[in-house]
Amino acid sequence: MLAFLATSVVAFVLYLLLTLPSGTLGAWSVEELVTGAILSVVAGLVARNVLFPRDRKGTWADLRLLNPLRLLLFLVYLIGPFLFAMARANLDVAYRVVTRKLRPGIVKLSPGLTTDLGRTLLANSITLTPGTLTVDVDEEDGDLYVHWINVRDPEPAAKQVCGSFPAWARRITQ
Amino acid sequence: MIVSPVLFFAAACALLLFMILSAIRIGFGPTVADRVVGLDTINTMVVTVMVVLGAAYEQVVFVDVAIIYALLSFVGTLYIARYLEGGL
Amino acid sequence: MNIALYILFGIGVLFNGLGALALMRFPDVYTRLHGATKCTTFGAIFSIAAIIVYGFASGGAAQQTLAIHAIVALIALLLTNPTGAHAIARAAHRSGVKPWGAVVDKLEEKP
Repeated sequence: MLAFLATSVVAFVLYLLLTLPSGTLGAWSVEELVTGAILSVVAGLVARNVLFPRDRKGTWADLRLLNPLRLLLFLVYLIGPFLFAMARANLDVAYRVVTRKLRPGIVKLSPGLTTDLGRTLLANSITLTPGTLTVDVDEEDGDLYVHWINVRDPEPAAKQVCGSFPAWARRITQ
Repeated sequence: MIVSPVLFFAAACALLLFMILSAIRIGFGPTVADRVVGLDTINTMVVTVMVVLGAAYEQVVFVDVAIIYALLSFVGTLYIARYLEGGL
Repeated sequence: MNIALYILFGIGVLFNGLGALALMRFPDVYTRLHGATKCTTFGAIFSIAAIIVYGFASGGAAQQTLAIHAIVALIALLLTNPTGAHAIARAAHRSGVKPWGAVVDKLEEKP
């Protein structure tokens, strides 16, 4: 029920955003509001188990991100450390394209995150930040296998590779 | 504020050039995975070009198509990746 | 205002070009994925940011609608791009592509 409601609301907000200046009721016309409501109920019925699945313990861990405080934290993370690391990543790629100074390898990280959402967030962050690319994930204990373009240590701690990102992912999703 | 559409067309042409460069990788790539990487790069650039051209022609529909293109090309990439793994 | 647009477009196109160049110059799938994913995502952020700035600054209703839709397109791109790269990397490793000049390969040693 909770997953259905959350999915429908997300779909409805997206629909409203895409049909923004269409009429006089608020900013929308009545037809658009009715169509959007019907479509988002259908979308909620079809996709509730895809967007917000239960995890192995049977709880809806992913619903935590609907908490406005966590969303705010996520935005802060996105605009602050994430964008900065991404700019650095691109300059790093530029440097390596010019010099071709590579020392690649696949290393194993143990960030110790328990939720699927946190692992996804960390894996995507790692892919977009300097010199690292997530290759595989161990679904049992959340270990990430990371392709590192400049291996300094064959058995690094998570902090050496991706800085403060595991701490941010834990703060946002756990 | 008046912006000459030439700016948008120039950006779109530059991106088109980079798409052709990536298409060379699709042709040469020694393994199948290399070709998929080239395809993924082109998909991202196509989305960018669609948004830029939407502004140049003042057509909102172009941007709507770009949203759907981004999502569907993602599904396509996932399917090719799953096929390479041998899961299909 | 125009100058901001030129700068944003300049950065965006520059990094997209860097991504295409990385695709040509790097030696294997994984390093190419590094270049292609990071640079094209960053370039797309700046190019679409230019459109968003243009849409909100020019003041027309159609342009504002365009800017809102462009924000949705940017969010879709940001969510899907690294995930797609991750899928390709895993598929490449499972189909037997070895990383070029690897110092260490923990995934290969995994039981």
